Amino acid sequence: MYAALGIHRCMPHSHGSQGCCSYHRSHLTRHHKEPAMATTSSFTEGASVFGGLSNMTQALKNIFSIYEPDIVAVHTTCLSEVIGDDIPMMIKKSQEDGTIPPGKHVIHTNTPSFTGSHVTGFANMVRSTLRYLAENTGTPRDQLNILPGYVDPADMREIKRLAGLMGVNAVVLPDTSNVLDTAQTGTYEMYPKGGATVDQIRSTGDSIATLALGHFASLPAATELENKCNVPSVPLDLPFGLGPTDAFIDALRQYGAADVPEQIEEERGRLVDLMGDLHQYFFEKRVAVCGDPDHVIALVQFLVELDMKPAYVFTGTPGQHFERRIAEILKDHAPNAIIKQNADMFELHQLMKREPVDLLIGNTYGKYIARAENVPLVRFGFPILDRAGHRCFPAAGYMGAMRLVEKMSDALLDKKDRECDEEWFELVQ
Amino acid sequence: MSTPDTQSPRPEAAEVRAEMLKAYPAKTRKKREKQILLNDPVAPPEIAANSRTIPGILTQRGCTYAGCRGVVIGPIHDILHITHGPIGCGFYSWLSRRNLVKPRNPGDTNYLQYCMSTDMQEDQIIFGGEKKLRAAIQEAYDIFKPKAISIYSTCPVGLIGDDVHAVAREMKEKLGINIFAFSCEGYKGVSQSAGHHIANNGVFKHMVGLDDTPTPHLYSINVLGEYNIGGDAWEIDALLRKCGIHVVATLSGDVTYDEICRCHTANLNVVMCHRSINYMAEMMETKFGIPWIKVNFIGAESSAKSLRKIAQYFDSQALKDRVEEVIAQEMAAIREEQERVKARCKGKLAALFVGGSRAHHYQDLFSDIGMETVSAGYEFAHRDDYEGRAVLPTIKIDADSRNIEELTIEADPTRFQPRKSEEEKAKLAADGFSFKDYDGMMRQMGKGSLVIDDISHHELEKLIELYKPDIVCSGIKDKFVVEKMGVPCKQLHSYDYAGPYAAFTGAANFYKEIDRMVNTKLWKLVTPPWKKNPQLDARLGVAPKKERAVLEEPKSFKRNAAAPSAESGE
Repeated sequence: MYAALGIHRCMPHSHGSQGCCSYHRSHLTRHHKEPAMATTSSFTEGASVFGGLSNMTQALKNIFSIYEPDIVAVHTTCLSEVIGDDIPMMIKKSQEDGTIPPGKHVIHTNTPSFTGSHVTGFANMVRSTLRYLAENTGTPRDQLNILPGYVDPADMREIKRLAGLMGVNAVVLPDTSNVLDTAQTGTYEMYPKGGATVDQIRSTGDSIATLALGHFASLPAATELENKCNVPSVPLDLPFGLGPTDAFIDALRQYGAADVPEQIEEERGRLVDLMGDLHQYFFEKRVAVCGDPDHVIALVQFLVELDMKPAYVFTGTPGQHFERRIAEILKDHAPNAIIKQNADMFELHQLMKREPVDLLIGNTYGKYIARAENVPLVRFGFPILDRAGHRCFPAAGYMGAMRLVEKMSDALLDKKDRECDEEWFELVQ
Repeated sequence: MSTPDTQSPRPEAAEVRAEMLKAYPAKTRKKREKQILLNDPVAPPEIAANSRTIPGILTQRGCTYAGCRGVVIGPIHDILHITHGPIGCGFYSWLSRRNLVKPRNPGDTNYLQYCMSTDMQEDQIIFGGEKKLRAAIQEAYDIFKPKAISIYSTCPVGLIGDDVHAVAREMKEKLGINIFAFSCEGYKGVSQSAGHHIANNGVFKHMVGLDDTPTPHLYSINVLGEYNIGGDAWEIDALLRKCGIHVVATLSGDVTYDEICRCHTANLNVVMCHRSINYMAEMMETKFGIPWIKVNFIGAESSAKSLRKIAQYFDSQALKDRVEEVIAQEMAAIREEQERVKARCKGKLAALFVGGSRAHHYQDLFSDIGMETVSAGYEFAHRDDYEGRAVLPTIKIDADSRNIEELTIEADPTRFQPRKSEEEKAKLAADGFSFKDYDGMMRQMGKGSLVIDDISHHELEKLIELYKPDIVCSGIKDKFVVEKMGVPCKQLHSYDYAGPYAAFTGAANFYKEIDRMVNTKLWKLVTPPWKKNPQLDARLGVAPKKERAVLEEPKSFKRNAAAPSAESGE
């Protein structure tokens, strides 16, 4: 659903019972504090027995006549997967009988909850979008595709800003900036100006290359496009922290045939300067990290650059690549770190009880562990349900990294200031 | 945002209705026509409530699982809740309703902090998930040693045919604790409401009546259908305690397993949310002889009325006197705030679309401060919640309602004990007291107000456009849509993480909150000053845009733009 919202004038559609759609919309809204629109096939027992074809047909008819999107992106649910609804057949039928008006599009992807995690669903939707829409016309275009991964609108905005500063033409898919972080104007727009347009997505087949930010969220789509349209896929990490942002900028430089402008170098320089200024507070601090795999892979590299000691590195998403990659990053620096994919925060909590850490980095759900163990929590990733910063400021790029540095040092020093003995309570740090 | 002096005359409800229906395809319009009605409080028209939502409509509704796991049973904080299914349902129902709880003894664990799920994978979908469920129950038991474990089925569980009840029975025997399951698959009903019914059945079957320890209090009651959002149940409890009325159990706000097991020892059931819990009230009356009455502790006037009603039921002059004393005290304490806010909010318009009782109850709070409800509707209520319980015999049972088991309850052979004799009941009735009395929302709303069941996004947008209400009450999915339109929106599911709003203290909180929301300057800041007065920059001597391009000395233009007041200073 999140990925589909990053397509311009797109209505995400949940093919299943109402609850799935309601839960997803509520959760996205709690994280972004913005309307998250999506329709549902509203299955009841009848549809579960006889199949969801008539629900889908009726839904498409209503959606196109009432809400008038350019494109509907269908995602499945456990319910429609288990009963074996054939979505491509349904789309084909709706095209033939005119339920889908001419010039409008319906695409789909498979997202049952019993396979993978929300990151899997996101990756599937990006991949399916390209599978349905990307075209290789044979005339190359001077543009790069950037698949930003499951990051916040502010991050996508920052990624576009950096590409813009480099003078690179980029198609960003999905792009939820100006969709899930719109300005207050007094007018509600169901389809705000943001999002990758159908034409832009179509043109990705003619691009020079695809920068796939994140192995889990973006690489499957980039590989699909490479196979379909022969656009080379460039696997990168999410541009969080110094090293991964460097890699992103360097890829823009190489594939976009662009020079790195002074402004970006200055931003980078200010980040390195800040890291030096605060290094003493980070050095050898034990950190527990949990979150989505692409986020954590990038973040752990940054923690290493700051000379912190990642002690527990967890993700709930399944995938061996995560453990291999983190072990590789930590092999010289923190070889004893406990690294787990498809893991549970309960286990993380037990480990933290046994051998404590100085800092926990994770999403909002980490606050229960943080409180129980009196460990400062830096909120990072998805979802953040109880703080506002992620809605306004990116975590991506050098600027985002500076913000992360600030948040981590604030968290460590605030705890010290709150708890240290009187004689160690100092004015200057 | 409308202000009294700029407000255009209020449109006719019939026109608003027609405007809402215009965009719909014929079939959709035909269905929605029966759910958007002009109110007549004397003879409420029949509303097609509790019917299927049309696919493709942006609805507020959730599913059966949400109603069962999320609403009714979810708040019991000292039992383990295991969602049997793929991870999504367990995850999304993890602390996402704001049922606050306070463990009774230091060191007690609040299990609601944990999300327990069997995390079914493709393998279990194909080969069955009972084995994994058994293992999950064992693991959860080994770690937490709870008093009871409750299991919830999600969509795929029903489809693949896992027998969750058999697993529950087997593990109950093995572990020696109470374990029970709910077949509350998401697709079972047209909304959360089906889940409420399934939950009521299960709580009644597996918990109520397990502990016969009598309550020592004469004026003992259960508060049914109160979920302690934002601490409401605590406010109600404190108020009742002040009057000398003892709450055995609140179903199910901040309630423990033991409290539910002995709630059948109370002498009266008072019902807050009729929709979600009337089943329980009925079953307890049949089996144990506990009568029930409808109350409403939302709003100062309604709280006073509810207290008086409870005192009248117990028929004790001492209690009646005490209740009057408390009402006088509480009213005096909030009067100043109420008057202050009323002066600022009087005549403003509200619209409420939420839940199965809140869209009705909260109208009382708005009327406390002189605000009018122009339009309201429920998300998942039935006809009786709109038109009153008088219509119950005429409600047709459709295929979707037939899905939900109706328990056949008989009087308990040893424990049935009518709390009031027929003569006492007759005497109360003669004094104007009524049992099982819910007249519904429509009888209380003004003539010609617009009643909308299961409102869709499109209708909400039209409503705001045409009525220009000063505030809308709804839920998280609508909140930011409404606010993007420049109208404040109060969430009545989560209270926007504020509250409590129940009883008298809560009412004062609500008045203050509504005053904050409808009278804030914020909405006036939306338009930047230069859009309000387009001539402004010409007067300051900056050349209009067209001419800027031909200015020969951009420097001077820059100076002017950066310091528009420089001209007068030079």
